[in-house]
Amino acid sequence: MLRYSLGRLLGAIPTLLLLIAFSFFMIRAAPGGPFSSERQLLPEIEANLNAAYHLDEPLYQQFGRYLWGLAHFDFGPSFQYRDYTVTELIMTGFPVSLRLGGGAILVALLFGIGAGCFAALKQNSVADHAVMAVSMTGISIPNFVMAPLLILIFAIYLGWLPAGGLGDFRSMILPIIALALPQIAYLARLTRGSMIEVLRSNFIRTAKAQGLPTWQIVLRHALKPALLPVVSYLGPATAAVITGSVVIEQIFSVPGIGRFFVTGALNRDYTLVMGVVVFYGVLIIAFNFLVDIAYAWLDPKVKYR
Amino acid sequence: MKRFGVCAAAIASLAVASCGGGEDRGAGSTGPKVGGASGTELAEVQVLRLGNGGEVETIDPQRIQSVQASHVARDLFEGLISEAPNGDLEPGAAESWTVGEDGKTYRFALRRNAKWSNGDPLTAKDFVYGLRRGVDPATLSVYGFILSPIVNADDITAGRKPPSELGVRAIDDYTLEIQLANSTPYFLGLLAHATAYPAHQATVEKYGDQFTRPGNLVGNGAYMLADWVVQSHIKLVRNPNYWDNAKSKIDEVWYYAIEDSNSELQRYRASEIDYTYTIPNAQLAWIRENLPDELVLAPYLGSYYYGFNLIRPPFQNNLKLRRALALAVNRDVIAGQVLTGGQTPAYGWVPPLAHYTQQPMPEAAWTQAEREAEAKKLYAEAGYSAANPLRTEIMYNTLEDHRRVAVAIASMWKQVLGVEATLRNLEWKVFVDARNQKTETQVYRHGWIGDYNDAFTFAELLRSTNASNDTSYNNPEYDRLVAASQSELDLEKRAKLLEEAERVLLADMPILPLYFYVTQHMKKPWMGGWEPNILDHHATKDLYVLKH
Repeated sequence: MLRYSLGRLLGAIPTLLLLIAFSFFMIRAAPGGPFSSERQLLPEIEANLNAAYHLDEPLYQQFGRYLWGLAHFDFGPSFQYRDYTVTELIMTGFPVSLRLGGGAILVALLFGIGAGCFAALKQNSVADHAVMAVSMTGISIPNFVMAPLLILIFAIYLGWLPAGGLGDFRSMILPIIALALPQIAYLARLTRGSMIEVLRSNFIRTAKAQGLPTWQIVLRHALKPALLPVVSYLGPATAAVITGSVVIEQIFSVPGIGRFFVTGALNRDYTLVMGVVVFYGVLIIAFNFLVDIAYAWLDPKVKYR
Repeated sequence: MKRFGVCAAAIASLAVASCGGGEDRGAGSTGPKVGGASGTELAEVQVLRLGNGGEVETIDPQRIQSVQASHVARDLFEGLISEAPNGDLEPGAAESWTVGEDGKTYRFALRRNAKWSNGDPLTAKDFVYGLRRGVDPATLSVYGFILSPIVNADDITAGRKPPSELGVRAIDDYTLEIQLANSTPYFLGLLAHATAYPAHQATVEKYGDQFTRPGNLVGNGAYMLADWVVQSHIKLVRNPNYWDNAKSKIDEVWYYAIEDSNSELQRYRASEIDYTYTIPNAQLAWIRENLPDELVLAPYLGSYYYGFNLIRPPFQNNLKLRRALALAVNRDVIAGQVLTGGQTPAYGWVPPLAHYTQQPMPEAAWTQAEREAEAKKLYAEAGYSAANPLRTEIMYNTLEDHRRVAVAIASMWKQVLGVEATLRNLEWKVFVDARNQKTETQVYRHGWIGDYNDAFTFAELLRSTNASNDTSYNNPEYDRLVAASQSELDLEKRAKLLEEAERVLLADMPILPLYFYVTQHMKKPWMGGWEPNILDHHATKDLYVLKH
């Protein structure tokens, strides 16, 4: 187990390096630069700006400089937000994104698994069909349509919740719902399918024959094996929540990292975009690693060597 | 993923547009109680919440570029000159001033009761420091050219002279002298610009790039920086050390960073903000129907036009063709039916402004039918016909309104002349580079917003020496007239020179004027003291909240 973990950690380093190199050269290859503007800069000013941000050096040297900085946890200065470093920006944005994304994952797990179990137990009933129909709708409506709809209903017509911004926990409710809805729907379908399969297996039949109450069968015996596909879906779910937050943060004007990514790309804020890519890259690699470990704990058949 | 984000935002705005048709039952609709019985009673809580477009790039006055950053800086700092709610210039940190007979020596008497927010006295040295900082190449200021009329400014920016050589000196603590290279009649207006604000040397030197942080920033404006959460908001509170603090009514102002105009409108309708930075054009009809009293449209110092690339075919050395295309466009349709936001059709280059008589092209007085007949004649004379039509490409930056204008223009050209125009949109940064390199462009979209309230800010753009002149227009007579206006002391004669320059320009038709901009805001009825002005500059110290 320890050896496996160490191996995985070492294996992550080339992945990360590839990610960094690929995004570094991709964003530099994009036409237009951080100082392209409608008003042409004086050549002297432009030269000064380029020198200040080391853009006058050859590309490989800039790449080396960037890697050296990363090794010291320094993401460099932001090209657009001149009063801040990228590290500071990520540190202000990440807690917000974490609340949003973490909240969405928790809500999705709670409601997705709950609805899935419920539907599996009432298989082929009206309730089952209703849950599945709702979840189909949830999967089909993209969050950039759902989000404005939620704002219109709950913020403008009913006036119950804020339409956006960073405020108390109430301001996070709508963005979390908008971000969680497709995941709830997907998880419900996933849980239902695997739960139905588990409920048909022999050990459950034995448990039933012994006269255990249904809730005990589900919670104590069926849930753990039924959750395996859900756990393996958590990796992709996290990635989906991260990409989804890019859109959701924009619509609700939530000051998270996703918005930095969009505005950073539009402004050619090289260091900011790179910072977000590297940060999320590390996060996703770490999360996938945790999912694999959780798997071993849930499924005795899985052995790591 | 980048493209995904942009597409998603575009689709999201469509989604908002399509579901915005309902009746507004939010707190946006107001009763008759605004302002109490007298209509002028003030609210107990004097807090304003303003939508401010995207996140500000900095609030360092000497490094500011964007409109939204200058809005915040206007509350945090005060220049020698400031602007009244209607846009007129008025004394700011300077109480009075004299101008030498040659128009090149300005002497300012500073207010003796003016202080920095930390209580330090505001002296002439602070202005000397700020102005030197504005032209110092080490500051990396993009707007340093605002100070270019001052003696040696350009040489300092180019690194040929040290900042200490700038033609600015403190005669004593409360007297400042500025020497100009040329008499510049609009110079006072430049001093209201952020680049010319004073700077607090001790904090700038102590904190470096971080002097703009809450807790560090020392300003001399009516408000102080209390909080700044990047991409969320900037919160300002009253500055008790401001010399005119007794007069301001607002205690707290919040600037919200909301780059998506649909999101901004939603938050306005939910009454989370009192004022929007702009409005989404697609929602104009809905707003007119449902919130007509809160929509504020006013002329803005901006000119929207199409530029011709004069160093590439087909528009190089082809005046008749350029004129034909300019006359074939029906500007009333563009402004009144395509955009519908109160824009005014433009037949000239300079928008309406004070001390200047607009010089529309002579054909402005004709009917559209007459213009089209002339266009057909010119098109044929330029050697084009139905069998041999002009094939060209309209380049514009990706934005729905620009696309709609381009589609309308291409179809007008097609209908009147038979021109085969294709459309090509480019992302903003790619677009501005392409436009400036002039190797790909034929005819392209452009908009120019004046930096100060004077025709010169427009005239200078099309000088042959201006690096931002993307047409490559080069007429020595035009350059001569514009240059002559820079040293002309007689304001009447100066205006005549600039007007003559505009006539020369329009006769050469390097650009195809389309419309003059308007500012578009939503404003809650309880937000008082706000007046429209041509630069769209509004200081919080002039505003107040009515009882509601």
